[in-house]
Amino acid sequence: MSEASAIEATATSADASENPRGVWREARRALWLLSRSFSSVVGLVIVAIFLVLAILGPYIVPYPGASTGNVDMSSMLLPPSMEHWFGTDDMGNDIFSRVVIGTRISLQIGLTITLGAAVIGVPLGIFSGYLGGNVRRVIMAFTDLFLALPSLVLAIPIVTVLGPGVTNATIALAIVWWPGYVRLVDSKALSLSKEPFVEAARAMGASTLRIVFRYMLPNCTSPLIVKASLDMGAAILAAAGLGFIGLGAKAPSPEWGAMLSVARGYLPTWWWFAVFPGLAIYVSVLGFNLLGDGLRDIFDPRTTSQ
Amino acid sequence: MTASGHIEPSSKSLLSIDRLSVNFHTFEGKVSVLDEISLAIASGESVGIVGETGCGKSVLAKSVLGLLPSRTARYAGGGILWKGENLLRAPQRRLRRIRGAEIGMVFQDPMTFLDPLYTAGSYLLEAIVHRDEVNGRTSASHDRRGEAIALLGRLGLADPERIFDSYPGQLSGGMRQRILIAAAIVGRPRLLIADEPTTALDVTVQAQILHMISDLLTGDEMSLMLISHDLGVIASMCQRIVVMYAGTIVESGSKAAVLANPVHPYTRGLINAVPRLGYPQRTIKGIPGQIPNLLKPPQGCRFAARCALADSRCRTEAPTLERRGVSHEVACFHAEHADA
Amino acid sequence: MLVFYLLRRIGVLCTMLFGLLCITFVIANVAPGDPAALAAGPNANPSMIETIRQEYGLDKPLPEQFVTYVSDILRGNLGRSISTSEPVAQQVATALPNSVELVLFAMAFAVVVGISLGVLSAVCRDTVIDHAVRLFSVSGIALPMFWFGLLLQLVFAVGLGWLPVSGRLGLVTTPPEPITHLLIVDALLRGQWSTAWEAFTYLLMPAFVLSFPTLASICRLTRAEMIETLSSDYVLGARAQGLGNYSIRIRHALRNAMLPVLAVIGLYYGWTLGGTALVETVFDWPGLGLLAVNSALMSDFKPVMAVTLIIGFNVMLANFIVDIAYAVLDPRLRRA
Repeated sequence: MSEASAIEATATSADASENPRGVWREARRALWLLSRSFSSVVGLVIVAIFLVLAILGPYIVPYPGASTGNVDMSSMLLPPSMEHWFGTDDMGNDIFSRVVIGTRISLQIGLTITLGAAVIGVPLGIFSGYLGGNVRRVIMAFTDLFLALPSLVLAIPIVTVLGPGVTNATIALAIVWWPGYVRLVDSKALSLSKEPFVEAARAMGASTLRIVFRYMLPNCTSPLIVKASLDMGAAILAAAGLGFIGLGAKAPSPEWGAMLSVARGYLPTWWWFAVFPGLAIYVSVLGFNLLGDGLRDIFDPRTTSQ
Repeated sequence: MTASGHIEPSSKSLLSIDRLSVNFHTFEGKVSVLDEISLAIASGESVGIVGETGCGKSVLAKSVLGLLPSRTARYAGGGILWKGENLLRAPQRRLRRIRGAEIGMVFQDPMTFLDPLYTAGSYLLEAIVHRDEVNGRTSASHDRRGEAIALLGRLGLADPERIFDSYPGQLSGGMRQRILIAAAIVGRPRLLIADEPTTALDVTVQAQILHMISDLLTGDEMSLMLISHDLGVIASMCQRIVVMYAGTIVESGSKAAVLANPVHPYTRGLINAVPRLGYPQRTIKGIPGQIPNLLKPPQGCRFAARCALADSRCRTEAPTLERRGVSHEVACFHAEHADA
Repeated sequence: MLVFYLLRRIGVLCTMLFGLLCITFVIANVAPGDPAALAAGPNANPSMIETIRQEYGLDKPLPEQFVTYVSDILRGNLGRSISTSEPVAQQVATALPNSVELVLFAMAFAVVVGISLGVLSAVCRDTVIDHAVRLFSVSGIALPMFWFGLLLQLVFAVGLGWLPVSGRLGLVTTPPEPITHLLIVDALLRGQWSTAWEAFTYLLMPAFVLSFPTLASICRLTRAEMIETLSSDYVLGARAQGLGNYSIRIRHALRNAMLPVLAVIGLYYGWTLGGTALVETVFDWPGLGLLAVNSALMSDFKPVMAVTLIIGFNVMLANFIVDIAYAVLDPRLRRA
């Protein structure tokens, strides 16, 4: 420890020893730490806004009918104005409403992919790391194989085989995503399995299942939360990408990628059609990334920060 | 209200630190790391700075060459005179010429202080090239590799050719430290600053390294500023001892004076804490307590909280270094009571 | 030691390639639905499907099919496209060089600019430059490539008219006789300067868009690693020796910082290859990505599989090379 950090440590040690621990206190402390980073706060706010939009979207938009694809040719392709903040699309629907309603779709897809991948990947990872030996070798070989392939490269053939559509795109992406969770949890479980308290539990006769749930899982939560947050952004991006090339959600669904795909045909004259859905993708992914980074800085601070 | 030095910078002093104060600006606030430190080292003299972790001795060493982290460290007063030149006002280019060529520095942990991607040889060559550039000899007018290998041999390394081509990870701690020291003296500096040079080494290797440094001092007429928390190491190497506590100098003087007649309670505590062979069985007494919070340094003597002799004057007024004998200064209001 | 490491890695590479073949085979055959119907395409009637089933040997047991599959691939037979009736190998051969050109440029740009900006940001820490670069890199990672491409087209091609909107080369320009099959290189080799320049203008936007997320990621990682190495002990030691800025920052700090960056370059390369599907679609760039997307939209399975195989193989090879390079450059690994 350098002289400087030793001095800093003694300067703050008096305060640290007086605070009792507790989960609630930890959560508040985490939030407070998060608030010290401007970018993390921005991320949190963005994610919160999109969450609200996802839940309340259809009820608060100015033109609720826009999502079901009403055709109103008289209002076709109008530029942004006071009545239509983002303009209208080729079917005369208000783009702003569609983007807001599309939030629910995108977030749902992102959540499904992330949760699905985690549900498959986390148990596999824990068993792999904890049991070790040949079990681990087989699981990790399989995982490494999948991880060697970029997400879209693997997703496109799966969607081709299953047929284009939102559900199939989600399934394909979940299949592509789960190995990441296996890798993360495996390394954590591996190091945990060597800890004295786990050996002690084993010696006392605790069953594998109990060790897994009582000891392994709780210790994996913080890296998992970070990864899940960052993955939400990546999943939304990937799903929108598939929608854009036509393999995911399809028009008239107000999914952002699908909207962009149609909008492309109306460039450059009716530019607003393409700009705003893409902006929504961008901002939402940015929000999840910033939040994930902030969480990572809290849970795993680097010693050379500041 | 602060400890000032009675050590006048004399014309014989090579290095004279005059009332140096350093603060670190951290998230929590301003930490007072060094408080009006004054110290002088004459040519050929070896001075040891002893104190526990966190007392500021490393910061003192680093500030001579301007190596403190620029984002957090601020010089709050005083000066550092090297051969009459104030290093605190010197531009970076001047400092770079002094480093390595006039003042050499050796650090604590040779593993982390050697770049793992380069061989020991290239490390030495870097130092040699730097020295040549400072002296104006930029072309390879002599065999630098040969010089490096010869130097390694001189420092007691068997098979210097093999070591020249080895990476730090392949060498032992003692070897690595010798390489660091070799690089530090390549430029034949007038002063060698050694910050805990043996702390990371085994005891037997420790003795060898210290022995080697001693030889270098006499051979090259170098001055030494040795920093350590280990009083034994300081005692074996240095002519003068400076005792630091929490950013201030509490006692200083010749080795004989300080060790035979320690006056400051902290110095006495340090000496008592050293286990000694051959003495009748005695419990080793540590010094209870912790160093004070330097975010809010105490108003009076910084040692007061841990001192058995502390009274109300100690807690409100900070003692200054007062002369106690020929080459012996102490900063304590209870200096007279110390004669036991 | 290095030789053993090399052999081990080659073994792993071969296993992975085999695994890739298995995966593609499984996707094609074990998926729900009738593989023969899939291969025959959406417009086939039952008798056509039966013919296809016999022709492709889809009535044989799976292991036997797998052997046929692998041996076909090794002989270069990648099947036939349903939509265009071309041999897939032909389609791939035409599309591959275009993707290579695009990806090469994108990666080179991303690496050079990303590392430079990262170093700049770390050295000028906490200044305006640093904040600007950090802002840039954080937003760059989140930016959807396809949307970015559309925006650039709007601004530079349509709005300002500086660059062509899409495609590989102007319709009236004759491409040079192929040597390397890389348009720009061939044009330069044949001395056709204007063709080379024109090809370059077409390459500029797609390559820039493709490079963007990788650029931002490399920038970010380089900055983080540089900050770490700049505050390391050996840098402090180098400063104490009096070494100059170039020595400290480049010879020591950057060289150490580059190792973790090198470790993920393979991953970034994979991202970039995956991104070709999106970028080539936006810019109508006739590469592997566009081939895969167009075929996928028509449920034309064989070309999609072929592209997956090629890109998968490519990424695995790249990772292999990176691993070897890493072992060569980091002396600490050689003794492991």
